[in-house]
Amino acid sequence: MTYEELLTETALSDDRFIVMTAENRALIRNLPGKLGKRFIDTGITEQTMIGAASGLAMRGRIPVVHALASFLTMRAFEFVRTDAGIANLPVKLSSFVPGFLSDGNGPTHQAIEDVALMRGIPNMTVFAPADEQDLVGMLPQIWNYPAPSYVRINTRKTDYQHRPFEIGKAEIISKGEDVTILTYGLLFEQALIAAEILKNEGMSVGLVNMRSLKPVDEQAIIEAVQSSAMTVTLEDHFVTGGLYSIVAEVLLKNEVSGKVLPFALNERWFKPALLPNVMSHEGFTGKQIAEKILGYSTRAVQPEVSVPQFSE
Amino acid sequence: MNTTPTDTAGLEQIALKVREHIIRMSTDGGCFVGASLSAADLIVYLYTNFLNVNSSNLDDPDRDYLFLSKGHDVPALYGTFAELGLIERDRLKNHLSTSDYIYWHPNTHIPGIEFHSGSLGHLPSVAMGVAMDIKIRGGKNKVVCIMGDGELNEGTCWEAVLVANAYKLDNLIFVIDRNHFQANMPTEELIPLEPLQDKFAAFGASVKRIDGHSFEALHNAFSTYPFEEGKLNVVIADTVRGRGLPSIERRADRWFCNFTATEVEDLLKELHGEKVTQLTSETLVVR
Repeated sequence: MTYEELLTETALSDDRFIVMTAENRALIRNLPGKLGKRFIDTGITEQTMIGAASGLAMRGRIPVVHALASFLTMRAFEFVRTDAGIANLPVKLSSFVPGFLSDGNGPTHQAIEDVALMRGIPNMTVFAPADEQDLVGMLPQIWNYPAPSYVRINTRKTDYQHRPFEIGKAEIISKGEDVTILTYGLLFEQALIAAEILKNEGMSVGLVNMRSLKPVDEQAIIEAVQSSAMTVTLEDHFVTGGLYSIVAEVLLKNEVSGKVLPFALNERWFKPALLPNVMSHEGFTGKQIAEKILGYSTRAVQPEVSVPQFSE
Repeated sequence: MNTTPTDTAGLEQIALKVREHIIRMSTDGGCFVGASLSAADLIVYLYTNFLNVNSSNLDDPDRDYLFLSKGHDVPALYGTFAELGLIERDRLKNHLSTSDYIYWHPNTHIPGIEFHSGSLGHLPSVAMGVAMDIKIRGGKNKVVCIMGDGELNEGTCWEAVLVANAYKLDNLIFVIDRNHFQANMPTEELIPLEPLQDKFAAFGASVKRIDGHSFEALHNAFSTYPFEEGKLNVVIADTVRGRGLPSIERRADRWFCNFTATEVEDLLKELHGEKVTQLTSETLVVR
């Protein structure tokens, strides 16, 4: 099932749902005809869209709102915080092309502080699916949860069969004693590749899909850090405020210490190019990740990174 | 600034070359080709006839300024820079390469780009700040900001008009590339803008509405700068999205295009009126 199919089915069976966009229709192209007045395109007006979504939510609606991740989280930030956040309204943010997915657009379109910003808002919940199956599996619970939410939309396809989603729970893919990789979103695909390479090099490797970032699965983080010699956080986000920060906060709060290596963007934006070139230029392919953890080169072959279907 | 104001044939030749550059950037990842083609003529006009900007004065505080707020039309600016010698023509081949900085939105690694853009509705206020400083210092520089018509959805554009009116910034010129489309559809079918001239005038600006593909009309408008003392200048340039390529002109589904190499060759011939292209590449409607 695709994102659009799920949203169509959900909205048609529950008339509380309103689908909104600030003229970003990539994922909802067929919805205007199906939803009629319950489809609202406000034009390129992210702030106004969030204000209106809050008004609709006040009246009992569940607005699912769409825009590019950078504009949804940053252009409209104060509206998200003040209108949806303070009032604790179920405004559901679907952010398009977060992280590396903005590929050749440049820094204006790079949402790599979105997790930091959104999780800082009281009442807000934050999710980052590993692929399309993970996305479609988590959304029904998120949309029916009585709080505002932020979802990093990721419609990429992987062969991995995810286990059922639960808000506040991570998905433990494997457990290992030498290293455990904690990741979310698009980079899950590369983490699977990195884990395979590390295993072939004789390491005992753990992998965790941190798909619920707020509320976060504290126990999964603590177990990873306590059971393996090294923990890796892997994210297409600034090192500040994302998963590395979340792990640091959880460890401090629970008085646990450990060796944690962050893969993230440190005080800089990434080089704009097509996605496969962004990944290799920035050192985020599975092979590059594995080799940095190992400290040496391998003969492993990096599978091709597919170009996004939509690279807005 | 070498072309004489009446040399429309010379300007048309430059604009044709700029369009060739745009078409060549619309493959191997693609670019926002339709919006670049609509802006090409006004950008060529401004750099050849209106702005005191050239490769030797890019750091001169007394130069004129052009801000490309629309941003995704940057291939038109790069093509113009290549033709006017601000950047090497060969550099455009680095489009989307990690070895250079030529990607889908403007950035200041490219000489002549005054400010990065891509998030709509930012540069009207940045340009206004520059115009304010020029007023404070008593300078004569002109400050142009090119905006898209879809961009006018963003409230910050109108905030800038209100403030520019309050500060009587007659050294600031907002140019609207009125190609009548936003990403997915005609502007009037989504968030209607008309009567656009009246809207700007009601906010206190002095407005001219012209054919943005006519060098004569562009010249007639810009040669009367400043339009009125103490008033923000606004030029609404009516343009055609995809101008120059009949096979994509005014087509809502041809905003961002990633053509095949063969299509690019065909489109270059179409640009020169030699054939009509049968486009087979996937229609991308989503940027």
